[in-house]
Amino acid sequence: MFRYIAGRLLESIVVLLVVSFAVYGLIGLMPGDPIDLMVQGDPNLTPEDAKRLKALYGLDQPIIDRYLAWLGNAAQGDFGYSRNHGQPVLDVIGSRIGNTIFLLGISLILSLAIAIPIGIYAALRPYSPLDYAINMFCFAGISIPPFWLALLLIILFSVTLGWLPAGGMATVGASGLLDRLEHAVLPVAALTIASVGSFTRFMRASMIQTLRQDYIRTARAKGVSTTRVVTHHALQNALIPLVTVIALSFGTLFSGALITETMFSWLGMGKMIYDAILGNDYNLALVGLMIATVLTLAGNFLADIGYVWLDPRVTIASRADKR
Amino acid sequence: MADKPIRNFLRYWLGAIALVCGLAIAPPAFAAKDTLVIGISQFPRNFNPNIESMLAKSYVLAMARRQITIYDPNWKLICLLCTELPTYKNGRAKNEKTADGKDGIAVTYSLLPQAVWGDGTPITVKDVLFTWQAGRHKQSGFGNSELFERITSIDVIDDKTFTLHVNKRTCDFAGISGLELLPAHIEEANFAEPVEYRKRSAYETDTTNPGLWYGPYRIAEVVSGSHIVLERNPKWWGQKPAFKRIIVKAIENTAALTANLLSGDIDYIAGELGMTVDQALAFEKRAKDKFDFEYKSGLIYEHIDVNLDNPVLADIRMRRALLHAIDRNAINQQLFAGHQPVAHGQTNPLDTVYNPDTPKYAYDPKQAKALLDAAGWSVIKQGIRHNAKGERLQLELMTTAGNKSRELVQQVIQSQLKQVGIDLRLRNEPARVFFGDTVSQRKFPDMVMYAWVSAPQNIPRTTLYSTQVPTPENNWSGQNYPGYRNPVMDKVLDDVETVCEDAPQKKLWHDMQRLYAEDLPALPLYFRANPFIMPKWLKGVTPTGHQFTSPNWVETWTAE
Repeated sequence: MFRYIAGRLLESIVVLLVVSFAVYGLIGLMPGDPIDLMVQGDPNLTPEDAKRLKALYGLDQPIIDRYLAWLGNAAQGDFGYSRNHGQPVLDVIGSRIGNTIFLLGISLILSLAIAIPIGIYAALRPYSPLDYAINMFCFAGISIPPFWLALLLIILFSVTLGWLPAGGMATVGASGLLDRLEHAVLPVAALTIASVGSFTRFMRASMIQTLRQDYIRTARAKGVSTTRVVTHHALQNALIPLVTVIALSFGTLFSGALITETMFSWLGMGKMIYDAILGNDYNLALVGLMIATVLTLAGNFLADIGYVWLDPRVTIASRADKR
Repeated sequence: MADKPIRNFLRYWLGAIALVCGLAIAPPAFAAKDTLVIGISQFPRNFNPNIESMLAKSYVLAMARRQITIYDPNWKLICLLCTELPTYKNGRAKNEKTADGKDGIAVTYSLLPQAVWGDGTPITVKDVLFTWQAGRHKQSGFGNSELFERITSIDVIDDKTFTLHVNKRTCDFAGISGLELLPAHIEEANFAEPVEYRKRSAYETDTTNPGLWYGPYRIAEVVSGSHIVLERNPKWWGQKPAFKRIIVKAIENTAALTANLLSGDIDYIAGELGMTVDQALAFEKRAKDKFDFEYKSGLIYEHIDVNLDNPVLADIRMRRALLHAIDRNAINQQLFAGHQPVAHGQTNPLDTVYNPDTPKYAYDPKQAKALLDAAGWSVIKQGIRHNAKGERLQLELMTTAGNKSRELVQQVIQSQLKQVGIDLRLRNEPARVFFGDTVSQRKFPDMVMYAWVSAPQNIPRTTLYSTQVPTPENNWSGQNYPGYRNPVMDKVLDDVETVCEDAPQKKLWHDMQRLYAEDLPALPLYFRANPFIMPKWLKGVTPTGHQFTSPNWVETWTAE
């Protein structure tokens, strides 16, 4: 077990180094730098000003030198200063990550809470009218562009009915959980509708396959009730593919949902990373993407543990031994 | 196959989820009428007025600060923080020689006697001196340092009066809007290490400190990326503003911006930072009865830069033919409902230096065809012109991808040029690549369409002077992207800066506009308009059309 964890940690460090260099390099390859962007927005800036500012921000140095300087500082816990926000990077991320976890966490829990029972129900009655209806709902959720869905929700619930705020995270000057929940309803709904379809489809397919297994047929032949067959015999095995999907989406849980955040003016990680990349805010983009990478790796690690829990045939030791 | 317990479980499960969602639904709290909520499409990156220029920042700071001089809504230079503008006549402007014998000028200003920072500390010459010293420091991170460099010394006359000694005598000496005062009593300590100043400035670390602000409002709350709350400044010396609070919300997506307006989450979409004209026109059709719409054209000059190193386009007959072949009036009427007036040069007709006698190129396809024939493109094959060598008249027009207005205009131009036998190909790039690479390094083969933002009485030195052509030798500096080189224009640009007597200066301005129209280094299209979408109860908002935005007069805004 120890060897396995140590191996995974080593792998993760290598992946993080490669990702950080790739991201830094790719942003650096984009045309223009922060000062070029500044010049476009200010016709009064002279070429001399641009030269002076590039030297001040260290942008006149080769990209590899800049990356190594960043890496050195990051190793000492200094992740730099965000140009887009005028604050230290960790302060910016600290204020955003909680919002993202809140929004995407609720949405993920809600999606699973809807998708798992619906998927099971559809699997138990395959090709029935209800199964077709569930499938239609799922495909609609998967196919509707998030931008359009968000707009539709705003128009219906904010403009027409006036029930919910159209955007933001809280009423200015108000505090309290209820106000925050009100602001979260529409973005959570938009994200949930978009993700519940795919989760349901995975659950349904996996459950149908599991229900065809010999051991399920045996259980039924022994007169075990459907409820018991599903909950005690089939569900655990049917969840394995879903765990993989959830593990893969773990990174996006923290890197945010760009379109939904933009449409609802939700201050999350997705919009922050997007703006950081476009605005050449190297420090912020890098740390944001690194966090997403770390969490994706952590998600995959947890998924591996989850397989062991769900399927006794899988053991970490055997996986480690195979290396 | 499903038995009753599973059905029951599902029923209760989904019921519980619906209940949780339903509980969270309640009518939203709406802002009271003593609060004005403004929607803008950008959020300021920082709040220090001297570090990086950005429209969203200028918009917000206009409510919380007052520049020494600015242009008013009638495009006249006025004092906001000073008692009177310096002129030779009132003795506040005097010619002098610099230490190295050049023509310099001394200009004297007096700050308003009643002007104080939001914490009650008087605004004095000490603040002027600190700002100037910080601006001159190479590592302070200030954006535009030209003004600070030009000021060689400052004489303190008294607490409120000072004389600037400027090492270059120019006609626009009276305007010093670039000298954005900083509170010495707060910022001096933060400037101890100049290289760290942009991070340690109280504008970033303590933005709600009342001592930073001296406008009708002061910043009371900032939620980065979301909103800024401004509250009345109790120390403000001028007219008391009508609204107790102003909330500026950043909503970047324009569809969401309009939905927020319709739902009442915001009251007003700022013209300076809101929607484009085509978006506003579409919205106006749906919400004409609920809001007032005002379209103010201004200093954003949409044009097509022509690559003059391309032999086809170096021929002035070709450039004139192109302009005769484009029906700019139809573009304005059909796409923008007449709100974006046709430009005949880069100087806006609202500018006091505008020359009404500038040569104009009316839509005249016949004339365009004649000019093309004369330029040697007279053989027409399958509707497209060819020259004697059999070369096809094919040009490429590039612009920013995703900008719907420009893409629409591009398509109209393509079809209009086809009618005179020009095969126009369109190729667009993301703004980042377009400006960061293609335009700034002159990589476009034929033509690029974009806009310039300028100021009233702006001398277009960086865009027209022959030494301002970006080249690898000058490290791609300068903004003369067409590659325009005309010694006569250079002379006019030099003189218009320093010949200040009314009549000769007026002639120089007129000569500059005439030369531009005759040489056509760029094809003028139209002046972009800003759509202001206001609730019917909001009065007193006066769009300016230039870089000094409407909130500079926020104290006159009222709810009726």
